[in-house]
Amino acid sequence: MGENGFNFMPAWPELFLAVGGMLLLMIGVFRGPKGREAAATWSPAHAINARSVTWLAIGLLVITAFIVSGQPIERSVIFAGMFVSDAFSIFAKLLILLGSALTLILAIDYNEREQMARFEYAVLILFATVGMMAMVSANDLISLYLGLELQSLSLYVVAAFRRDSLQSTEAGLKYFVLGALSSGMLLYGASLVYGFAGTTSFPGLAAIVADQAAEAPLGLIFGLVFVSAGLAFKVAAAPFHMWTPDVYEGSPTPVTAFFSVAPKIAATALFVRVMIEPFGALGDQWWQIIWVISILSMGLGAFAAINQTNIKRLMAYSSIGHIGYALVGLVSGDETGVRGVLTYVAIYLFMNVATFAVILCMRRQGKSVERIDDLSGLATTQPLLAAALAICMFSMSGIPPLAGFFGKLYVFLPAIAAGYYGLAVIGVLTSVVSAFYYLRVVKIMYFDEPAPAFDQPIGTAMCIVLAGTSLFTLLFFVYPAPLLGAAAVAAAALFAG
Amino acid sequence: MMSGWPLLSLVTFLPLVGAGFIFCVRGSDEVVAQNARHAALWTSLLTFVLSIFLWVDFDVRTSDFQFVETRAWIPAFGITYKMGIDGVSLLFVLLSTFLTPICILASWEAIETRVREYMISFLVLETMMVGMFCALDMVLFYIFFEGVLIPMFLIIGVWGGKRRVYSAFKFFLYTLAGSVLMLLAILFIYFETETTDIPALLNIYIEPNVQFWLWLAFFASFAVKVPMWPVHTWLPDAHVEAPTAGSVILAGVLLKMGAYGFLRFSVPMLPDASVFFTPFVYVLSIIAIIYTSLVALVQEDMKKLIAYSSVAHMGFVTLGTFTGNVQGVEGALFTMLSHGIVSGALFLIVGVIYDRMHTREIARYGGLVHRMPLYAFVFMVMMLASVGLPGTSGFVGEFLSLAGAFQANTWAALFATTGIILGAAYMLYLYRRVVFGELTRQDLKNITDLNLREKIIFAPLVVLVLWMGIYPKPFLDVFAASSGPIAARYHAAKTAAVLQPGIFSLIAEKPE
Repeated sequence: MGENGFNFMPAWPELFLAVGGMLLLMIGVFRGPKGREAAATWSPAHAINARSVTWLAIGLLVITAFIVSGQPIERSVIFAGMFVSDAFSIFAKLLILLGSALTLILAIDYNEREQMARFEYAVLILFATVGMMAMVSANDLISLYLGLELQSLSLYVVAAFRRDSLQSTEAGLKYFVLGALSSGMLLYGASLVYGFAGTTSFPGLAAIVADQAAEAPLGLIFGLVFVSAGLAFKVAAAPFHMWTPDVYEGSPTPVTAFFSVAPKIAATALFVRVMIEPFGALGDQWWQIIWVISILSMGLGAFAAINQTNIKRLMAYSSIGHIGYALVGLVSGDETGVRGVLTYVAIYLFMNVATFAVILCMRRQGKSVERIDDLSGLATTQPLLAAALAICMFSMSGIPPLAGFFGKLYVFLPAIAAGYYGLAVIGVLTSVVSAFYYLRVVKIMYFDEPAPAFDQPIGTAMCIVLAGTSLFTLLFFVYPAPLLGAAAVAAAALFAG
Repeated sequence: MMSGWPLLSLVTFLPLVGAGFIFCVRGSDEVVAQNARHAALWTSLLTFVLSIFLWVDFDVRTSDFQFVETRAWIPAFGITYKMGIDGVSLLFVLLSTFLTPICILASWEAIETRVREYMISFLVLETMMVGMFCALDMVLFYIFFEGVLIPMFLIIGVWGGKRRVYSAFKFFLYTLAGSVLMLLAILFIYFETETTDIPALLNIYIEPNVQFWLWLAFFASFAVKVPMWPVHTWLPDAHVEAPTAGSVILAGVLLKMGAYGFLRFSVPMLPDASVFFTPFVYVLSIIAIIYTSLVALVQEDMKKLIAYSSVAHMGFVTLGTFTGNVQGVEGALFTMLSHGIVSGALFLIVGVIYDRMHTREIARYGGLVHRMPLYAFVFMVMMLASVGLPGTSGFVGEFLSLAGAFQANTWAALFATTGIILGAAYMLYLYRRVVFGELTRQDLKNITDLNLREKIIFAPLVVLVLWMGIYPKPFLDVFAASSGPIAARYHAAKTAAVLQPGIFSLIAEKPE
């Protein structure tokens, strides 16, 4: 396998980001308010400190993205087979870094207004990002768990970041308890797998599983089920979605925005890798699990969202639905399927960031509002903002020529090709149901009487992020080839070995 | 004359350029509104002029696709940006580009709020419509086909009447539910044949049992769009609530998309399944013709009446399409074209008095001929064209459809013909109640006849209706070369009779 104990090159991005994160922590501590002032209630001094640390963190993320994109796309395995870098991990890492950077930008103004701007926020996001990058590069159940926990622990803290808000702390606690439960399930599954296969390394598992594919020991299958359940929990797929609506609603909005993109993409990529690489030969067993999870998620995402009045809760259900669609690609378990999943999550990233950017602009007299009805008549008061959100909503319901349509196209194609007609039909029908609530948002913005306008201005950085992501969603159809090509290369990497 | 230009792409995307221009206009509300109106009008007129070159340069002797443009688009899937037209699509491209400036002119004063957004929606709509008729790649076709929903949803929902929200949702969700199944069918075809290129697919034979399912999936989409009974219920709602111009485009072009789909995909690509389902389509078409005519007879709202009459007329289209002979197919195409102009004009006619009186209730009118002679004349021409009087465009199409149907199935022709009688009944009844009689209502005493803008709108429509009725040859010539191959495919499949008809055979099989 060409292992070399002293070769750190493939892990450069993670190392760089981790060291950079620690440096930022130091900078934040030493440059910010000190002593009792630091611990005391929020003061503008915190904001100044947080702002500079956040921009530095964004800079670090961008540099890391450059390092990642400079990595060779050939598969290389290091740290005694624990860590792998290939086209798949590069693609996923770029999405993760982009998601983290964009949502960090969205957070700056919001955190200051809500008097919760502290430099730890950016640092925690950086550490979570390191965890996510480790996840998608995991080549062993142990390193998988390490990455997952590094990510999760940071996420628990940011969920409760508005520490004097009951809702936020409740969200953090809920996330922590349920997250720990899911980690437990995952570990239990991993130990079962180890017990019956005798190894935790992915290539080792793949060899053993391929050997015994015909009559895999029951314990191994059990382990696989638990691992899948744990991962389904992390991607927030039904029926392991319970935490999502509460956590999405309770967390501060920038945190929700972050949750809905970066960790989701990381967990999805991890899910795909675990299913395809070590357990690929057991496809006959696990496709049923994914099939059920996918249908339940699409259905729940469609029906449960209809009655929501809080836009963040709506987005929580919407994200559950979207994971269902992404997993449609995984069911077929082949290269086009994985390409579909990757394309879907990439497009989802842009639509979701744009949507949350608009949600973050929803404030009146300095106070954030979260009800869907608050968007009433936005098309007359702020036409551009309304247009951006309308583009996202149409795109999420999969109406061409917007980007979301292409996402659906590429996940349903492999499902049809592999003969999962029932799944495809249910999938498209639930997309019609979900169109109903996406349209409701458009209806409220365009058809209803205007409510008072939201506060202006919305900030330059925010404007740029919003314009960039919504234009991407709108104009993706003009030149879709590069993203699809990259996703194809990334997907092929999983099947090369 | 303009060979070498990517004429189809120009016609398709020029409106989008206009929309982009309107988007950038800044200034006070009044300035923006006025600029938007003019920009939209001139863009759509220019588009129309360009599209006329298509007809001028069109070679009516061949059934091949013309003005073909191909560009790589999604190489990973072999999906290309491919545009081209043949005899089936040419005149519908022209219909779309012809009706759009008329609609914009008709909205000149009727639309007062958010004019900029309205005009942008209309121009985007035009791009989608034209693109749909030109697309020669199934995925591209689907994108345009579905893309229509977004501007139309906004047009109904923002500028519509009282129940606009309900209607807009119903319109959107109904059509979306049908279309997504078609998307799966397209993906399946792609998977089976590894291409989405329409001309190539016309030469690929698909297994009959596969055809069966694909046909149903396409049918789900097109039947809703046409609309066929019993999935027509979105149409009256959408028509009643949409602003006048929205109704015109809806009846004039959007309904044709479904019928176009049948002629482009169902019949030529899935001929065996089409033969198999022919009796089924006949039954639905005849129910549509008779039932919706009866429903139209008792309507009290003018727009609703015309909406139901649209469903009935589209029944002739589906009937003609599935006769599978040249007369039937040409009749279907001609009826589509004629209905596009006539029903559009009828909605404009309702719009004229709605703008003056703000009601569409038939009982609120009567005796308009005394105050509005010119209006009464235009109304009469269109009413008679809708009835199918010889000398108007309506006659040619319905006659050909029925002649085709008579060859294919005498009973179907018999039942369909009763629809013509009912059509005459409800249209004449409407005309009598609105235009003739004494002018008794006080508020009608001061109603004014057509103004200059309205004269400009109606003049080309009247001319066209009479031209198509008296000298239909130029139009039929365009249809002729392309109807032949469609009918030939259908005929070959009928002779082969791979899929045996089942329960519908009792009513549909012609006694030999």
